[in-house]
Amino acid sequence: MRLVVAEDNALLRDGLIRLLEAHDFTVVAAVDNAVALGTALAEQDADGAVLDVRMPPTFTDEGLKAAIDARAQRPGFPVMVLSQYVEQLYARELLASGEGAVGYLLKDRVARVSEFVEGVRRVLAGGTVIDPEVIATIMAGRNQEPVDRLTPRERDVLALMAEGRSNTAIAAALFVTEKAVAKHTNSIFTKLDLPVAPDDNRRVRAVLAWLRI
Amino acid sequence: MSDSTGLPTAPGPLRLTGYAALQVLLFLPGVLLLVLTLVGGLLTVATIGIPLLLAAMTGVRWIADRHRTLAAATLGHPVPSDRLPTEGMKLFRRLETWARDPMTWRELGWLLVSPILFLFSLLTCLLLVLLVTGAFWWYGTPHIMKLRASLDRAFLSTGHTERLEHRVEVLTESRAASVDHSATELRRIERDLHDGAQARLVALGMTLGMAEELFTTDPDTALRMIAEARDTTGAVLGDIRDVVRGIHPPVLADRGLTGAVEALALDMAVPVQVTTTLAARPPAPVESAAYFAIAECLANIGKHADADHGWVTLTWREGTLVAEIGDDGRGGADPDSGTGIRGVMRRLAAFDGTMRVSSPLRGPTIITLEIPCALSSPRTTPSSETA
Repeated sequence: MRLVVAEDNALLRDGLIRLLEAHDFTVVAAVDNAVALGTALAEQDADGAVLDVRMPPTFTDEGLKAAIDARAQRPGFPVMVLSQYVEQLYARELLASGEGAVGYLLKDRVARVSEFVEGVRRVLAGGTVIDPEVIATIMAGRNQEPVDRLTPRERDVLALMAEGRSNTAIAAALFVTEKAVAKHTNSIFTKLDLPVAPDDNRRVRAVLAWLRI
Repeated sequence: MSDSTGLPTAPGPLRLTGYAALQVLLFLPGVLLLVLTLVGGLLTVATIGIPLLLAAMTGVRWIADRHRTLAAATLGHPVPSDRLPTEGMKLFRRLETWARDPMTWRELGWLLVSPILFLFSLLTCLLLVLLVTGAFWWYGTPHIMKLRASLDRAFLSTGHTERLEHRVEVLTESRAASVDHSATELRRIERDLHDGAQARLVALGMTLGMAEELFTTDPDTALRMIAEARDTTGAVLGDIRDVVRGIHPPVLADRGLTGAVEALALDMAVPVQVTTTLAARPPAPVESAAYFAIAECLANIGKHADADHGWVTLTWREGTLVAEIGDDGRGGADPDSGTGIRGVMRRLAAFDGTMRVSSPLRGPTIITLEIPCALSSPRTTPSSETA
């Protein structure tokens, strides 16, 4: 798996490269600003990108903009966006840039190495990984929505699905069998009126419905 | 101050005579009220004077206000009353404020000279009644009435110097408040960092130190401690994030007021519609003050309003940033209760900003924030902030 890494802090950039390469990813380019990121994405034949939201030259949200631009040029191009803080607004913008193959995580999550690497893998495979903090804010603010039709258990499953976890991982987190999770996911798809489609895609659309996109 | 929009300009002689007639009618009650006020004032030593004074003063203020309106209509520009606010005050506080208010004394002085002013109005009326003087009435009335209105204005409205003095007073007060506010903020930030992030980092160092010692002898415990240390780093970052949000929310730095307010709206439990017509960004301090003010108002909607919908509109007109935050909740919001709203007002005062709350029972609640400021051109140059 060939990745472009963009992060302006040298320590973090080196850490990310080391971490990714230790897990059999190839880092084809490591850049520290949005301009170089644009060039790298255009020139390198990468399978995906891991990038920071804030980067030079303006230190605002150009990482996010670069990700959205890249996905406009190459629809479905997998990007994992890392940030010092997460914002529901940005999660929506990323998700709105195409169905799936996006991740949006707090930088702290990198510390849980195996979960982070699993997240990157899921994004590269077309999945969606949204930070639990974003999910928690949405959860807190939910009423009178189609998601209301879901039972509390189904909501739990949907929240974990939004974090990009597989049925196996969800089963482990909720201490239930995989079969039970499959039953819940099917019931979620029915309640959110999602027609039959490849399972990964339906999972993404369930999350999108939930984020009101 | 708004300009004179809405005031009829240059009323004709007939209308002016109408004003004059009103002034003539109001003359006797005015004199009566003056006498009652003086008697009431003298009798305040005895309890009976107080209700008398209250009633008489209310009357005086009413009569003065009528004359202000008439003078404003005659002159074509506003004659503000500039009284000290007494809304919601207890009886004695109100009396005390009235006594301190220079405008009270102006009004009484004006009543004292009102017999002279009365003559102008009487003359105007008589000129019309005695039809022989018709021509003189036609040409003279505007001049006579303008003279009377100018005199009314001189008595019933503050002069330039007084206004400046008042302005200096307000500025001194708001400067003191903002200095206090920033000192409190710095103390809070220091305490948050000291009790939060710093303490956790010390604990983190200790955990890692112990893990290091146990590494060879008890690798299992060492491993558990390292996992614990990793969780602590997460908590430290959480603490720092909270502190940063309190100083300057990152989304505000990224997206400006519009984006930041949209982000706030998204986090609300009730759907909040954001409409904005801001073409450019206000100066950073104004942006920040407005953001925190709006955040506080939205938080109140979430906590108290029991609303189904909320809305925020952001506009900039005639040199003023106007933010309106509304909800269809139960209303009855009281700006005097709750420290949050008062804090918002203090923050806004530093920019000459104002806050109006309209919240009848059963709603809707509409809070209007106004901050005078200039808008910059959209920012494209790099800022000096770091990631």
